Amino acid sequence: MSAGRRRALAAYGLLVPGALYLALFYAWPTVQMFAISLQEGSLERGYALTWHWATYGQVLTKFDTQLLRSVTYGLIVTLVTLAVGYPLAYAIAFRGGRWKNALLFMVILPFFVSFLIRTLSWKFILADEGFLLGTMKSFGLLSEQFRLLATPVAVVSGMIYNFLPFMALPLYVALEKIDRSLIEAAEDLYANRALAFWKVTLPLSLPGVFAGSLLTFIPSVGDFINASLLGSVNTTMIGNVIQTEMLTNNDYPEGAALSFILMAAILVGVAVYAKVLGTEELTG
Amino acid sequence: MSVGEAEVRPVRPARPPAPRRRGRRRRWVLPAYTAVVIAYLFLPIAVMILFGFNDIRGRYNFNFQGFTLRWYRELLLEPELTESIVNSLVIAAVATVLATILGTMIGLALTGYRFRGRSSTNLAIFLPLATPEVVLGASLLSLFVTLGLPRGFLTILIAHVMFDISYVVVTIKARTQGFNREWEEAAKDLGATPWVTFWKVTFPLIMPGVMAAAALAFALSVDDYVITSFNAGHVSTFPLWVFGASRRGVPPQVNVMGTILFVAGVALALVNVALQRRRT
Repeated sequence: MSAGRRRALAAYGLLVPGALYLALFYAWPTVQMFAISLQEGSLERGYALTWHWATYGQVLTKFDTQLLRSVTYGLIVTLVTLAVGYPLAYAIAFRGGRWKNALLFMVILPFFVSFLIRTLSWKFILADEGFLLGTMKSFGLLSEQFRLLATPVAVVSGMIYNFLPFMALPLYVALEKIDRSLIEAAEDLYANRALAFWKVTLPLSLPGVFAGSLLTFIPSVGDFINASLLGSVNTTMIGNVIQTEMLTNNDYPEGAALSFILMAAILVGVAVYAKVLGTEELTG
Repeated sequence: MSVGEAEVRPVRPARPPAPRRRGRRRRWVLPAYTAVVIAYLFLPIAVMILFGFNDIRGRYNFNFQGFTLRWYRELLLEPELTESIVNSLVIAAVATVLATILGTMIGLALTGYRFRGRSSTNLAIFLPLATPEVVLGASLLSLFVTLGLPRGFLTILIAHVMFDISYVVVTIKARTQGFNREWEEAAKDLGATPWVTFWKVTFPLIMPGVMAAAALAFALSVDDYVITSFNAGHVSTFPLWVFGASRRGVPPQVNVMGTILFVAGVALALVNVALQRRRT
């Protein structure tokens, strides 16, 4: 056996156990879920594959509000985290100096606290009589009826908090990589700072914008925790619906169909977004 | 919050002060902004720590009523909470070992070798990362329901290894992309077998990456609520217990536990940074 063949065999040897695992517990379940989405029946009578595509239409009309709400919340969260995260990443990358690593560490500090506890802390902060609203109410700045918990504002702000580092980190990586001499060249050529930013820094940071948007948009569209801890029945998102269908109602075909619709919505969104930003190098 | 300000104050722009007078005030805008955002990121953490010391009487209370160490003393007096934490730690430990081994192997194959199907493997590894957690949970549940596999400890473990693998691969790839293959070639030229080369050369080189990947896998596993909720059956983990308790009011022990995990995690990270600094 040649050395080249032996190396290729070694590569497959390293690859196969993990690949097999993912095939068994990622790919197969996905196929299985697709099959279930086309089944008909009930938990008592059992399910049978009848290629019942109508389920997709049914769930689209039944849960259109929640689907639309999820996409809307996802877009708002992505835009706000981009607006908040860009100046933050810029400040750390260009002005961080020797504090760069310390500042980055502070940005990821929330990751050292459990997602659920972080979100519950917001419940404490936003509570009707908690120290934020309670204090403002006692000074007469807010009416007694004013509340944030169980409103869309609470859910969206919880997501903005939880996903901000996912936006800020890729932005930082992209900004950090930019060759400073390009910006200086622009300024030497009499671009003012704003123009240099607009023509040089911003276009070069677009891969970070793309990566950050994906890392923020995907989990927020599929969010479950923020909507259930900080929200109410009026803020139910598609993730909550899928969980209820699968675990409470045991309506597996509907839950499965919704999962595929969510995946499709995300794929379409990502494709359109990549097209709009206009590069294929973005992902590389 | 004061921590954030203290760290940010010394930040100065690298360029000399702008000649215009306006630039002077503008120089402080970005550092001040950074301080505010970092304070915002720290706020819920401060609230978590603070409410672990809250001297409450009832179960459901959003106001700070007085300082007590009671919940630290009574940390393990909620038997179900303790049990769920033990479950979480055991599952995370086993899942981390399995996922780190499988993921490191894939990572090495992807960075060290050229073979047919390499780019499609790269894409396949990325897919689980781009799938929403709810969908991952729902599809695993679909499989387990179809197979008639009862949900419990084993199904949680299967799920955790699955979502950990991709993160391990990505971490290993990021850490090994830059390293020098010539060391391996040198070992082989000196007559080392592939096995000896791996353990004497490759493994020590990728060790920091493996540790980072394992730490990430462990953290993700301990923290996972969504995927676990689909596949847990009657087994409870720490996040599942906290979620359930959030309906009736969370006991301060949860904050204490969160604080302990937070302090331990930060301490480990800082020790790691210090060790790496010393090595270089």
